[in-house]
Amino acid sequence: MKFGVVVFPGSNCDYDTLFVLKNVLRQPAVFLWHKDHDLQGVDCVILPGGFSYGDYLRSGAIARFSPLMQEVREFAERGGLVLGICNGFQVLLELGLLPGAMLRNKGLKFLCQFVHLRVDNPETQFTRRARRGQVLRLPIAHFDGHYFSPPETLRNIEENGQVVLRYVDEKGVPTEAANVNGSAASIAGLINRRGNVLGIMPHPERASEALLGSEDGLLIFESLVRL
Amino acid sequence: MSLKGSSGMRVRILVSFKETVLDPQGQTVKNALLTLGYGFVKDVRQGKVFEIALDGITEEEARRAIPEIADKVLANPIIEKFTWEILTEPKRV
Repeated sequence: MKFGVVVFPGSNCDYDTLFVLKNVLRQPAVFLWHKDHDLQGVDCVILPGGFSYGDYLRSGAIARFSPLMQEVREFAERGGLVLGICNGFQVLLELGLLPGAMLRNKGLKFLCQFVHLRVDNPETQFTRRARRGQVLRLPIAHFDGHYFSPPETLRNIEENGQVVLRYVDEKGVPTEAANVNGSAASIAGLINRRGNVLGIMPHPERASEALLGSEDGLLIFESLVRL
Repeated sequence: MSLKGSSGMRVRILVSFKETVLDPQGQTVKNALLTLGYGFVKDVRQGKVFEIALDGITEEEARRAIPEIADKVLANPIIEKFTWEILTEPKRV
């Protein structure tokens, strides 16, 4: 399984992601430069975390117009696997590959902490190694993670089982306190209807080795690799 | 009335959150104003202003292009709305 990690000016989780793919998962992985038009034959594209283009205009709004993103859009439309992490999730929303938009966190604070997340859809290529309702502990680090979509879109998302991860407490209950950024329906991870494009706010690449305090992030990468 | 090759046109575009979207930054500014004793402040909505200088297009073309730019790039229509105005009349050539 060959992975490609897209590098925008301002990406800062690109190296961490590549490290996990290569050194922990032992999979072939390459960087994909935002100005290129070449996906180098990868099986899965990862849009990493960071602050592409300094978050100017809106988070992810400028990265969306990168030359490579046109290739990524076509790749996704052909059914290719695309995972957007944090800023990558924001880019996918701006690109329209996922429904909705991100607002500033409800408390107006940049949040950098571990959170608990419940897997509400384990039947995706990104979560097939999880159990339904399994609670993961992963770090978040974002300013604009307050997921928003109009009520009718939200209804569709729920009906189609597109909510993959939700902010919950340790016991797996989606309380208001656990919903740290104020996201609609506590949404932390959202997949498209076709099931090949996933956006998540938490950082699995920062929690894929015991040394870093959690290995729960591996679950997502290992689901992709079909171990 | 369109003027071919007109220049010196400037437009101002105002982008703000839709009424249905919570604006916590505006709320915070409002609370600060209330704390300062401006009790008459009822609501604050925060937005973004863009001033764009144009060249080489007619006013008619600009009137078509500006809402397109605002809708496609400057605002995210899911959460934001926009208004715009031409600031300077085009110079006659």
